[in-house]
Amino acid sequence: MIRLEKVTKIYPSGSAPAVNGVDMEVPQGEICVVIGPSGCGKTTLMRMINRLISITTGSIFIEGNNILGMDPIELRRSIGYAIQQIGLFPHMTVHDNIATVPRLLKWESQRIRRRVDDLLELVQLDPAIFRNRYPRELSGGQAQRVGVARAMAVDPPVMLMDEPFGAIDPINREGLQDEFLKIQSQVRKTIVFVTHDIHEAIKMGDRIALLDAGSLVQYATPEELLTAPKNQFVKDFVGADRALKRLDLLKVQDAMLVNPVHCNNTDPASEVAGRMQEKGLNYLLVCDADDHLKGYVTLRDIFDHTGKISDRVKPMTLTVRPNQNLKDALSKMLTYDIGIVVAVDDAGRLKGVLNTMTLASVIGQTYDEQGGRWGKVSAGGKIL
Amino acid sequence: MKTNASRSSVSYGWTMAGMMSAFAVGAYFEHLGFFKFALKNPDEIWKLFLEHIHLVLVSSAISISIGLPLGILLTRGFIRRYRDWILNLLGICQTVPSLAVIAISMTYIGIGRKTAIFALVIYGLLPIIRNCVAGLAGVDPVILDAGRGMGMNPRQLLFRVELPNALYVILAGIRTSTVINVGTAAMSFLVGGGGLGDLIFSGIAMVDAGYMLAGAVPTAALAIFMNWFFGKVEHWVISPGLVYTGAPATGR
Repeated sequence: MIRLEKVTKIYPSGSAPAVNGVDMEVPQGEICVVIGPSGCGKTTLMRMINRLISITTGSIFIEGNNILGMDPIELRRSIGYAIQQIGLFPHMTVHDNIATVPRLLKWESQRIRRRVDDLLELVQLDPAIFRNRYPRELSGGQAQRVGVARAMAVDPPVMLMDEPFGAIDPINREGLQDEFLKIQSQVRKTIVFVTHDIHEAIKMGDRIALLDAGSLVQYATPEELLTAPKNQFVKDFVGADRALKRLDLLKVQDAMLVNPVHCNNTDPASEVAGRMQEKGLNYLLVCDADDHLKGYVTLRDIFDHTGKISDRVKPMTLTVRPNQNLKDALSKMLTYDIGIVVAVDDAGRLKGVLNTMTLASVIGQTYDEQGGRWGKVSAGGKIL
Repeated sequence: MKTNASRSSVSYGWTMAGMMSAFAVGAYFEHLGFFKFALKNPDEIWKLFLEHIHLVLVSSAISISIGLPLGILLTRGFIRRYRDWILNLLGICQTVPSLAVIAISMTYIGIGRKTAIFALVIYGLLPIIRNCVAGLAGVDPVILDAGRGMGMNPRQLLFRVELPNALYVILAGIRTSTVINVGTAAMSFLVGGGGLGDLIFSGIAMVDAGYMLAGAVPTAALAIFMNWFFGKVEHWVISPGLVYTGAPATGR
């Protein structure tokens, strides 16, 4: 846990404080993204945490200990540090780079070697191939992974990352972010993450601290920042399309209709047709006895059929997963020009359906400046 | 493979050209009476040669052991701010002719081997300090920040990050200093320091080309050997991760 109390930095050369009375707390195991326009003091704030920059007034506590009471060298060894330009030592191999802090802490070489191999595997680089390479023999993405591995070398509970994915092209950046989130879900570090990219902030952050001219404007979850921006500055910063950005945050399961109407594979066709007519349905989802999605039937297909439903079922190829984000789901629906998409879990069991109506109402739920709601959707996904 | 083949054919060409010119030079030297003299007085030449090596090694060793710490000191703390001034000043000092340096030291210390070594140390110091300062100044600030941020203390940062990365430039300074030193050491004869300068200056005074060459050829050979030797040293001690491209090393 990191706690900042009235942290202020005034450089001798400048009159205005670079960081002005920032109060915030990063809970254990969460990523706190510090974001703001350039020159807002976000990097200064981060570098004060490992005392690369001295604090003018205020105090910072890590796990309850005031950092001013610690030896700065010891403090830095206990905090993982990754920077935008990566800063791998060009004269050292990948192994030696990752071993930097373990060596400073005088680990024995056997233990260092094991740790390096474990870390390389964690960041998905084959130790046998990469252990003895030099930084100049790595691609940007590989170097970045090594940088992250180096920052995690002694398993520090707290990590500072200054735009660690800033120098990577957008396609690889997405992948690295996903991988890093996966790693984070295993290791649960307390991370202060500096970026200027609002997309990255929303994706990576459990909390976002928005700075402007050294002051903390809003400190909230990404959800809250998008739905309840505190003032015009926050609104402008997160962008006019913040309603769409929420689609990144929400999962299919937050918006789908659960327990949709469906019939069983083995039901007699004529009976089902009768029920469909009764309820005015043109098509119906079909499952087997264990709720595995088999496909769908249209009323016209089974109207005059006397056998089982399974004879006439049409397969459904386009499905989404409940834990996929809404942006991907919507993108699929627009690409294939369909108004409805079915959500199935990894085993293929029917979980729910998503249509444009429910989607729009979820987006509109908390964000609708024009007025006119289509309905409120509860967490379960049923239209009330 | 193609580049390899063309490179080896180029080096083959150079070897041939070198051998042919060596033959031509040898024939000309024979004409001047060099070999006749050298064969007649091998002990004399050998003694002066050893003296010369002694002068060079002692003065270079002192230059290095003073120059490196001084160069490092000039990049520490507040002095860092005056780095460019220092580099310019050292550059200007380097323009003083070596003969003048030897003459000035003679005025204060008198004649003898000590004077010669003192003058050689002073003259050899400048390239070492200058390259040491320039090399350390050229280390990418990003990797320094990374080292500091991971908890290296200033001494660890110097020995584990700064020096290994500045090594190419620092060694180039030592190489330049030593090779120049071999030539300058010939002048120590003028202040009674001995060495191959004895043969060279006597040869000039007597207008005896053979005599003069008996000093000049071993001096040149020694300089070439030193240059080759430091090239090898660079190869041994500089990390293969550093490919020197003329630009300061970057973090990636």
